[in-house]
Parts: sequence; C-alpha cells; structure tokens
Amino acid sequence: MAPAVSIRGLSTRFGDVWVHRDIDLDIARGEVVSLAGGSGSGKTTLLRQIIGLLLPTAGEIRLFGQPLFGGGVDRERALRRRFGVLFQQGALFSALSVHDNIAFPLRELRKLDEAAIRDLVLLKLDQVELLPAHADLMPAELSGGMIKRVALARALALEPELLLLDEPTAGLDPERSDAFVRLIRQLGSELALTVVLVTHDIDTLAALSSRVAILAEQRIVGYGPLAEVMAIDHPFVQGFFHSSRSARALRDAGLR
Amino acid sequence: MAGTRGVKGELLIDASVCEGGGSRVVLSGRWILATIADDSVGLAARLGGLAAAPGTVWDCTAISALDSAGAMLLWQAWARRLPADLVAQPEQLRIFERIAEADRRERPPIPPRRAFAWLAKLGASGIGFGRQLIDFVALSGQLLLDGLHVLRHPGDLPGREISANLYKSGVRAMPVTALVGFLIGIVISYLSSLQLRQFGADVYIVDLLGMSVIRELGPVMVAVLVAGRSGSAMTAQLGVMRVTEEIDALATMGVSRSLRLLFPKVAALGVAMPLLVLWATAAALIGGMAAAQIELDVSYRLFIDQLPKAVPVANLGIGLVKGVVFGVFVALIACHFGLRVRPNTESLSANTTASVVTAITVVILLDALIAIVSRDIGIP
Repeated sequence: MAPAVSIRGLSTRFGDVWVHRDIDLDIARGEVVSLAGGSGSGKTTLLRQIIGLLLPTAGEIRLFGQPLFGGGVDRERALRRRFGVLFQQGALFSALSVHDNIAFPLRELRKLDEAAIRDLVLLKLDQVELLPAHADLMPAELSGGMIKRVALARALALEPELLLLDEPTAGLDPERSDAFVRLIRQLGSELALTVVLVTHDIDTLAALSSRVAILAEQRIVGYGPLAEVMAIDHPFVQGFFHSSRSARALRDAGLR
Repeated sequence: MAGTRGVKGELLIDASVCEGGGSRVVLSGRWILATIADDSVGLAARLGGLAAAPGTVWDCTAISALDSAGAMLLWQAWARRLPADLVAQPEQLRIFERIAEADRRERPPIPPRRAFAWLAKLGASGIGFGRQLIDFVALSGQLLLDGLHVLRHPGDLPGREISANLYKSGVRAMPVTALVGFLIGIVISYLSSLQLRQFGADVYIVDLLGMSVIRELGPVMVAVLVAGRSGSAMTAQLGVMRVTEEIDALATMGVSRSLRLLFPKVAALGVAMPLLVLWATAAALIGGMAAAQIELDVSYRLFIDQLPKAVPVANLGIGLVKGVVFGVFVALIACHFGLRVRPNTESLSANTTASVVTAITVVILLDALIAIVSRDIGIP
C-alpha cells in the first residue's frame, strides 16, 4: 500500500532564501508524525505544500500514491476529500454558524439531504466533545479552545484518512491544550487516522507522535520514533529535547 | 580648588582641578533616562568637553542610580571605551561592560545611499504595475473559464452566493443610488434652466437632461457609488478571509475559490449594475422633471412626451451596456485587490483604498473609451 504522504526531492526557495533542500519523507498509514523544528525552519511551509496550497520549487509530493495536481478537477477534488486540515487559527468561515461550518464540506458533496447532514454534524460535534447547543453559535462567540474543536469537527466531516494539524495547541492554555491533545489521540485511534502535525510545543509532540521528523538547516536531520530522534547528535535536537522545559513533557510520555 | 558646577534636575557634574595638574570629574545624582532626557544634548556636550582633556579622573561612585541610557551618555562622551582613570562601583562597571559587549557585536552595515535609487524605485514600481496587470488578466481569464464551466455544468452555478451578492450590492444600494440620482437630476435641471431661459429655449431642457443622464451620468454615477460601496466591501471581505485562512480552508476542501467566491461577485454586479443604472437614471429624470416644472414651467406631460423624441432609445442601450461593463470591472478590481491582501492591517487598508481608487479611475477610462466607440450611435 502506498504511503499516506510521500515527498521526493522537495526544495523550496523564497526569493534568495532556500527553505528546504532536497527533502525526502515517507509517512506510512496509521502513523502520527510530528514535524518539529525551530521558528522559520519551514515546518508550516512543508505542511502547506503537502495540502497543495503552496507549490515547491522542485520535487514532488504524493498523497496515497497520487500526485496532488493534474488529472482534472474531479480527481483533484476527490483526493482533497481524503484529507482534512486543522488550520492554526481554525479558519472557520466567520459568516457561517458552527453547524453550517461543519455542514459546509458535507453540503459540497451534494449527495446528502439536510436531515442526514444535521445528524452527521451533531455526531461530529459529539466526537469533539461539544454540545448540540453549540451548533447555533457563530465563530465569533466561541472561545479559542472551542474554535479548534469546531475546526477539528469540520476537518473530520468528510471522514478523511489523513488529518493535518498546524500548531494544534498554539494559543491554548496548558489545561485546554492537554485536553485537546487527548481528544486528537483518542480520535486518531478511533478513526484509524494518519496524522501529520506541525508543532514546536514539546508537550504536544511527546504526547501525540509515533514518529518525529526534525527540520533544521533546510533538510530533515532526523526521522524516527521519539527516543531515536532524541539521541541524534545535532545542536537543534539537543537544544530542543534536552532543555529543562522539555524534561517534564518527556517524563510524562515515559521516556525519562 | 576651582570647579565648574552643573546642575540639571537631580544629576550633578562636579569638575575640579587636582593638585597634580589633571582634573577630576565627580558625577553624582540620578543618571537615568528620566533626568537626562530634559537636556541630553547639553549634557553630552559638557561631558564631551570634559572627556577631551587628557588624564581626567572620572569618579562615578557618587551616582545613586544609573540606567543604560545614562551609561550610554557617558559611554559616548568617553569615545566608546572606558577611560583609563575610572572609579566606579562594581554594578556600574557591569553596565558599562554590557555596553562594551554590545559594541563588539558586528552591526549590519548601513546601506550606502545609491545615486540612482529613485530610478530603481521607478523601475520597481513599473515592474510591480506590470505584474499586477498580468495577475489581473489571469484573474479575468480564470473567471471566464469559470463562466464557461458553469454554462456546461449548470448544476455548479453558485446560486446562493450570486443571490446573496445581488441582494447585498444591488438591492441594498437602491436607496442611496435613487437619492443621489434624484438630487443630481434636480441640480442639472436647475443649472441648465438658468442658461436655457436666456435663449428662450426652455423646452430643450428635455434634450439636455435626457441625453446627459441616460447616456453618461447615470452609469458613471452608479459605478462610482457602487465602487465605493460594494467594491470596498468585497475587497475587505476577501482580504479578511485571506488573513483568517478561510480561503485556504476552502481550497483544501476542494472548493474552487474563484468559482465560489469571485465568480458570484462578478456575476452579481454584472447583473445588478445595469438594473441600478436604470433605477438611478429614472430617479434623476424624475428629479430633473420636477425642477423643470418649478423653474421653467415645463409640464410633466410635455417632458414625458418630448423625452423619446429628444433621446433615441439606443442611448438607453448604451447606458445599460456601460452598466454591465462597469459592474464587471468594479467587481474584478475588487477581487484582484482582495486577493493581494497580506496578513497585516496596513495591507488591508492599502488594498481597500487601491481597490476603490482604481475602480473609479478604470470606470472613467472605460467611459471615455465607450464614448469614442459609440460616438455615432444614438445621436438624434
């Protein structure tokens, strides 16, 4: 079976600055992979390339063995429906209510009637631990944590196989962040999702990932299970995992 | 013991000549930003004068508070190094050491002023304009393709969005366009009547008013109003959607942003604008008719009878065609600038302004173009 995400020879240049040089990465199905790296190391750029919002300067990205572009609108659309994205700020449609936000991708299918959509929306809300009463709120009325949950529900609306998360816990207080991580982990195993997340938060990374990819110096300096990656002798890896801040998170994850 | 004594706020410079021949400068008081800010230039000059004399002993031990701004003032007076004879407390030395450390860091060179910078700027703005033009053509082409796609797949017509836009930029614009049209009709009719009465050509008010309003003023007036009203709103909406990543979210759901967001705006304004032109033209004619009745005693009856004779119906066609063209261009320009918004507040306001200004300019350019092309049509 083709890997969920396969990146070959990817290079990215913005103006005169090389962000990535010749990156290869395979993400097998069922894995939860964290892309970690310092600020400006191109984590989010790589994520945006995986979902087809940015074109790499060179190289190729395949999802489920298929290229992102080409082959007609219908094929592209079908491929896009196999993954869901949680944007950093949620990116909820501010003109639509919570219900309509989650219903939006379902309505796009134009195959379901409103009653079926309503049921599915309420099920998704329940999956992300929100109440049916929240369905009629507008995004502006939600707290930061609820926005992320609604956005997650919307990302899951089309029953994707691959879930991509951009800084899922950024901007949440530690308690909400823990709860959200627990929710992602639970949904990930429940729905058998492949998850790719971008994070610089070591708690999130330690609690979620089955594998970690470290981006530094325009390439991937380490890719593997957390314990393996931690042992890599690279200044960024050492600084990232062996600071005092990270000790607690790693202990919680049972690695120290 | 001779000395000069300077007092400024709470800070003191005490300079005295020692027995050995050198001078001794005793600094005391509070050397902090709040006290030096009042007269930093004067202080710097006085300190610089004192530092210029060789063999000066500096005594900072009496300083009760020293912050980095105060220390920097001294540091600059000392020509950016510690004087040979300095008496200071250890924590004061630490502050100076910190400054010395920052000094040792390599600073990026200040780019030299290039002689032809203005030329480079001119060239850059020319290239920028060219890029915008290319983007605009690409956007128009994309929307044309979307239009063809909708013709082939009528099921993909974004009907809800088109009707929402028709309501927002069409129906909601009716009061203001009617009011402005009515008032402009009154003004033109009133001003013209003053002239026409001198020649006893009262009845030509119908020709004058009908021709100008139906052919020229109606479409241009509505286009300017709609550019300011709906064009700016469209740009701001798209801009905010870009900033909040809503457009990206649409794209990842496999929804075409051009078909779903841009096409409805252009289509709706292309339909709404000629209707608004018709509506505002009617309001202007009614206003003009009322003013002609009051000012020139031209009866409503006569006015309405004369109108079709004075203004061939082709002019109405020209007005409506202008409405369609202006509507499409105002929406296209609004979308173009909306998609250029970068995630910061400055960019949002700059692009909204650019959208309205460009739309109005382009409308007037197009109006001139249409005036030339249609110069033989509809003239009685």
